[in-house]
Amino acid sequence: MLVLSPLLVPLFTAVLTVLLQRHQRAQQGVSIAGAVVLLLCALWLVQEVSSVGRIQLALGNWPLPFAIEFVADRLSALMVIITAVLGLGVLVYQTSIAEPASESAMLHPLLHGLLAAVGGAVLTADLFNLYVWFELMLITVLGLLVVQDGYRHTEAAFKYFALNLLGTLLFLATVAMLYGTTGQLNFSALADAAQHPELKAVIPVYVAMLMSAFLLKAAAFPLFFWLPASYHSLPAPVLALIGGLITKVGIYVLLRLMGEVFIDQPAVFYEALGWIAIATMISGVLGAAYHWDLRRILAFHIVSQIGYLLLAVALATPASGLAGVFFMVHNILAKAALFLIAGIMWQAAGHYDLRRIGGLYPARPLLAVLFLIAGFSLVGIPPSSGFWGKFLLVQESFVQGRYLWGGLALFVGVLTLYSMVKIWLEGFWKPHPQGTAVTATNRQLTPAYAVVLVLALLLLVTGLYPEPLIQYSEAATSMLWQESAP
Amino acid sequence: MTSRSIMLEYVARSAYWLMLLASVWILLRGHNAPGGGFIAGLMAVAATALLAIVYDVDSARRRLPLQPLQLAVAGVLLALISGIPGVWDDNAFLTHQWWGIEVGNNVFKLSTVIIFDVGVFAAVWGAFATYLFALLDTQGEVT
Repeated sequence: MLVLSPLLVPLFTAVLTVLLQRHQRAQQGVSIAGAVVLLLCALWLVQEVSSVGRIQLALGNWPLPFAIEFVADRLSALMVIITAVLGLGVLVYQTSIAEPASESAMLHPLLHGLLAAVGGAVLTADLFNLYVWFELMLITVLGLLVVQDGYRHTEAAFKYFALNLLGTLLFLATVAMLYGTTGQLNFSALADAAQHPELKAVIPVYVAMLMSAFLLKAAAFPLFFWLPASYHSLPAPVLALIGGLITKVGIYVLLRLMGEVFIDQPAVFYEALGWIAIATMISGVLGAAYHWDLRRILAFHIVSQIGYLLLAVALATPASGLAGVFFMVHNILAKAALFLIAGIMWQAAGHYDLRRIGGLYPARPLLAVLFLIAGFSLVGIPPSSGFWGKFLLVQESFVQGRYLWGGLALFVGVLTLYSMVKIWLEGFWKPHPQGTAVTATNRQLTPAYAVVLVLALLLLVTGLYPEPLIQYSEAATSMLWQESAP
Repeated sequence: MTSRSIMLEYVARSAYWLMLLASVWILLRGHNAPGGGFIAGLMAVAATALLAIVYDVDSARRRLPLQPLQLAVAGVLLALISGIPGVWDDNAFLTHQWWGIEVGNNVFKLSTVIIFDVGVFAAVWGAFATYLFALLDTQGEVT
């Protein structure tokens, strides 16, 4: 049951919150309680897999490989706990007045549905089941876009829907073809089948299709344009959850499929993936440099960071996997913190456009410090958590002789610094263009500050004392790209 | 709806129940033959859609056992609950339990699978009815 808790707990919570639609306070209470239970389950799960390594569960006691299998190992447990932390943080933040999402009756059910979908997607060991969770993710994100009133949201929802549906259909078609060819859907059974000499020629075609589907979902170059177009219209807490987490689930799945199931692909795949990664990094960071809207800047930085994660997949060794996983943890935390900080900035200064705000440093010194922590982490200035992520990644590309990739990754870091400095100078340093407009502090902002403070502390701790997370990630990724992978 | 069709209205009234009956048959048939909760739910939605188009959304909504969204959620809850008994025997979640009751010469099979299937049935019926009513309502506003 423990393996299934990351999907069952949010599902039950979602159902309860729908039943409590008429009672807003009770709904909020149940919603937060559900997130707390999820976090406890996640902690327990991490504890368990740290000692036993791997927990398997075949649904309904059907024999493998026919049963839908769920597997919790260190890698998926790490994703589960990050999801739980973000889920709880976002729900607590939502109780403050720093641009909460409009409390429509469907908000909490959809948020928990999203958490369940992420939990299912990271734990499943069955390709078709994975498709189902991705579908649920698509539906809940779409719902979250739609429940916010207004034309702007409908337009964003349509862009999101159209492009992600394309990815989903491609994914489904590939699942069907793979099943038709190999007769398997279970990950380990597929991994065995893919080794079959007769299939050596055809499997790479399917892998290429799967890769395209997940690259689209992860917003990689050149298919990233849907992300800034749809994400910027979301309120801060929802944006932190979606922007922080969802695209990374695509990367996680790519890492698992490339590293555990289809491990032995032609070299051209990794070459192509590496260049796509570099193009993603650069186009994301340039897009961010061009924009003035806080949310658009941060949304483009999601794209740019996805490039780093793709680079980790492209390098295809346990060491690059370690770098990727460490970077992913750091990045989800930093990104979520920045989006939440942007929400507070909006509340304090009145706008998301950097040209129309300012003067936050004298008015909100604590917020400024929090922004510096998260911003420096994103850029990767030592000894922040981002530094270790980038260090491990660049080191691995140099070890493999990919000097150009490593060098470009460093260069993109400099451009990231430019964006963060822009936010700092415009939002915090320069005086407010209308003189006074920074609003008075409000006690109702306390939950928002508390959440950002916790995220910033987590970032600081991983930056100053990275050893435990590195060791954990090393154990989590040691099975990637191994011939004897289970 | 601009024009009424008396004949269609007359047929729809009885066809609604016939279609629901057929959907329940498909639901139960799913145990040994093609069928099951999902497809039966879709058939039930077809019946609801017939009423909603021939009459209007309100009268179709009144005929549902619950409000559409609540119906969907009750279905999900039922499906989730059906998986729990299996855990008692130290089995995996969703391991279904079977019992046989002998009545004369026949054995009626009872199982937790039927609870799961009814849950799926209700979830599909409710969820698609929600979409359907939302779509038909906006259509009314535009024209």
